[in-house]
Amino acid sequence: MSDKQVISLSINGVTGEVFAPSDSTLLDVLRDDLGLHAAKRGCNQGVCGACTVMIDGVPMRSCLTMAGACEDHEVKTLEGYIQDPLMNSLQEAMIASGGVQCGFCTSGVLITARNLIEEKPDAAAEEMRTALSGNLCRCTGYVRIVEAIAKAAKEVVV
Amino acid sequence: MSNDMNIPDGIAVGLSTPKLENREKVTGRAEYIDDLSRPGMLYAAILGSPYPHARILSYDVSAALAAPGVVGVVTGKDVPDGRMGAFIKDEHALAKDKVRYVGEPVAAIAAETLAEARAAVNLIEVEYEELPAVLSPEEGLAKDAPILHEELESYIKVFDAGSTGNLCSRTELSEGDVDKAWADCAIVVEDEFVTEPQAHVSIEPCGALAEIDAQGRVTLWSANQSVFRVQANVCESLALPMSRLRSLTPRVGAGFGNKMEPHIQPLTVALAIKTGRPVKCILTREEDFEIVRARHPFKIRMKTGADANGKLIARECEVLLDCGAFADDSPGVLGYALLMSGGPYRIPNQRATGKLVYTNKLRFGAYRGFGNPQVTFAGEQQIDEIARRLGIQPIEMRRRNLLKQGDGWFVGPKIASNGLERCLDAVAAASGKPKASQDRIKRGRGLAITAHISGLLGTGAIVRMLEDGTISLNTGATDIGQGSDTVLAQICAETLKVPVDMVSVASPDTDGSPYNWGTTASRVTYTTGRAVAGAAREVVNQLFQHAAEMLEVPIEDLELREGGRVALRGSNEDLPFAAISGRAHWAKGGPIVGSHTLVFDEPTHDPKRAIALGLPFPQIGVFSFGATLVDVEVDQVTGQTRVAEAWSAIDVGRAINPRLVDVQTEGGFVQGMGFALYEAMVWDGARLANPSLLDYKIPTSADSPHIHSIIIEDPEPTGPFGAKGAGEISLNAIPAAIANAVNTVCPGLSHALPLTGERVLERIEESDNAA
Repeated sequence: MSDKQVISLSINGVTGEVFAPSDSTLLDVLRDDLGLHAAKRGCNQGVCGACTVMIDGVPMRSCLTMAGACEDHEVKTLEGYIQDPLMNSLQEAMIASGGVQCGFCTSGVLITARNLIEEKPDAAAEEMRTALSGNLCRCTGYVRIVEAIAKAAKEVVV
Repeated sequence: MSNDMNIPDGIAVGLSTPKLENREKVTGRAEYIDDLSRPGMLYAAILGSPYPHARILSYDVSAALAAPGVVGVVTGKDVPDGRMGAFIKDEHALAKDKVRYVGEPVAAIAAETLAEARAAVNLIEVEYEELPAVLSPEEGLAKDAPILHEELESYIKVFDAGSTGNLCSRTELSEGDVDKAWADCAIVVEDEFVTEPQAHVSIEPCGALAEIDAQGRVTLWSANQSVFRVQANVCESLALPMSRLRSLTPRVGAGFGNKMEPHIQPLTVALAIKTGRPVKCILTREEDFEIVRARHPFKIRMKTGADANGKLIARECEVLLDCGAFADDSPGVLGYALLMSGGPYRIPNQRATGKLVYTNKLRFGAYRGFGNPQVTFAGEQQIDEIARRLGIQPIEMRRRNLLKQGDGWFVGPKIASNGLERCLDAVAAASGKPKASQDRIKRGRGLAITAHISGLLGTGAIVRMLEDGTISLNTGATDIGQGSDTVLAQICAETLKVPVDMVSVASPDTDGSPYNWGTTASRVTYTTGRAVAGAAREVVNQLFQHAAEMLEVPIEDLELREGGRVALRGSNEDLPFAAISGRAHWAKGGPIVGSHTLVFDEPTHDPKRAIALGLPFPQIGVFSFGATLVDVEVDQVTGQTRVAEAWSAIDVGRAINPRLVDVQTEGGFVQGMGFALYEAMVWDGARLANPSLLDYKIPTSADSPHIHSIIIEDPEPTGPFGAKGAGEISLNAIPAAIANAVNTVCPGLSHALPLTGERVLERIEESDNAA
């Protein structure tokens, strides 16, 4: 057990302080201290991708990121994209395609997929599959997730 | 994709309605067990057994209780001598007197923070007397083997298990005269096959949250596939009257079988009772691998004979199953695997026998397919092998032997709807010509077919019409993400001829929902769907009764009009549901409530035709069918196999929601592909060596092919709108199809799963050496 410390964080555009054990991960702080539950704990080892969030515009595993190391960095979780047009079209595409089953991987998938569309809106299906390969889904077989990304990406290109 | 244009879509059934809860999932607002909290809630940590088999001599919890933040500890001494189990009641809430596998919960601790609970749990001291361990079924059956359950013969059993020593159960099924039939065969093949344990790996680990109120009544939320099985298991193991426990569900992050029977709900409740405070216990990924359950490793000896034209004459199947330390669903898996061991073929002479043996390992249990993928892996390779030796195309070999409508399944049940031949035709037509091999990457094509039941046990539905004419549906069926809430709402809406958005679905709650055995056995659409349709029809009857009085017309002249109206046939005169429901609530007759319950009661076994001993499911279900064709690429240098493309057709009777059927087909394919190509839980002696996602690989998007899903609809007469189940049929044939594809490239059969690069390379090298 570690002593608590004050950690100053900027999350979804809001800056504030949390008082948390010094060995807290970003995922601990998001879920336990801030009540931001979109990021999920699937493996706590950086493999499943369910805890993916954006840090300074890069998708990162919040379970492998120390909260203290996020001071002076911009963290964005799925909750921060509530009014983001690209995320909204991706969300609608996921709803319509059947890319959502149990939903436990969905937040992480959305973060990764949105980043891919932003970086490479014309990505081929194989590139989408590669980009998504760090987000494990046990339900869908990935076909409909890829379909949803393609659909949302097409709207961006058009 | 549906290939059947003959069945018109309704107002709700046949539409690919997006799942009702999707929006909360894509915004991150869906609440799973670890997202819940209660005021004053404590956090739990579990102490696991360091030994595979040992007697517990004493506990010392004083240091743990003195540690910062610790509020309470439970050990086996704190729980009553209650035993739970679906088939054989052999399991306590946590280890009591003995431990039977490494990692088995021995004690649990509740503290103010999770960090404090984890820090203190290792301060619990347990004194053990180590016992010799049983690490394989063969060891378990050996003379003088150490006995896991000394009181086995006195345990409560729900069927004739034949338990003795370490033999947990045995099942023997036979039909015709197998011993005599071999003489009539022009060709007989006999092989041995082994499969490894597969982990479920729901991305959400198991968890529970329990609290006790001032009256001493417990409320329990947990990741589950049945709030009712949770209630039964907790109450049996903790000797609580069922009325003293309310079981609820948050959203569930998938199941595949591992959340059907208990995981850590009983010990979480024990902690809540002990401390008087709410307690949450969430497993780590490692614990989820080590202490929940997994797919059974099978040892299979299979023998199949046919005449010179490829007509199947006899099959014999003998299996040996590792049960792990507790029976759980294992007796069911054994019996079901044997029942399915002949596959969907006409084979006049069949015998299937098996033994299930306790070992000092994690319990094995229910997993999508329930023993069917393993026997299908064996049987479908032998069908291909016979075809190859007789010079018959695999598809033709199957066509000559398919079970048809009206035929009896092995030991008894009659097949009503059967779209199997259409599944076969559909994958053959869709797949086209295979691509050519290259030097290093050889391509092979494989086919396999399968059947699976949907049915089983009790279920119910309550449909209530609200004052404004909208509808509340309550079934007690936990939606684990596959979309059963949506499908059941569609069945309800179609029966009432209203759009699905007029129906809300209640979350399962043992206080308010009708009994539902569980989200398992591909049963919710079929079995619970029947109850929903029945309850909704009851609502229609009540609406008509009211409308007849209000309009002063005979009931026979009334009909439902789309959108929520009861109309006088052939006229413009009608009444909105709101007017009728208002009258019922406030003036006459009482609120409109329809309910319907049923238990699947068609017998599995026809004693005039067949002999069955130790049959765990006396009443089982109706049959869904499937055919899968895969193209694989085998790297001749590394032995690495990947699936390039796949076509799966499944006969679901009627696709209530075609898109959700497609996703079952695709998701089942990929999970089956993982089982076929790389997933295996590995034990290093008594200890699971790879309990993490770093060491246990499941398929990623980059590993998975494009899967062409094809829906075949051959309506099941007893199903709701003709529907049958889709959950497991999608997985059963996948390892077999992949093995058959690999076998076209590498000589011989695939005798072991998974088909790792190492195993495949060995075959390539053997054939190179032989050449």
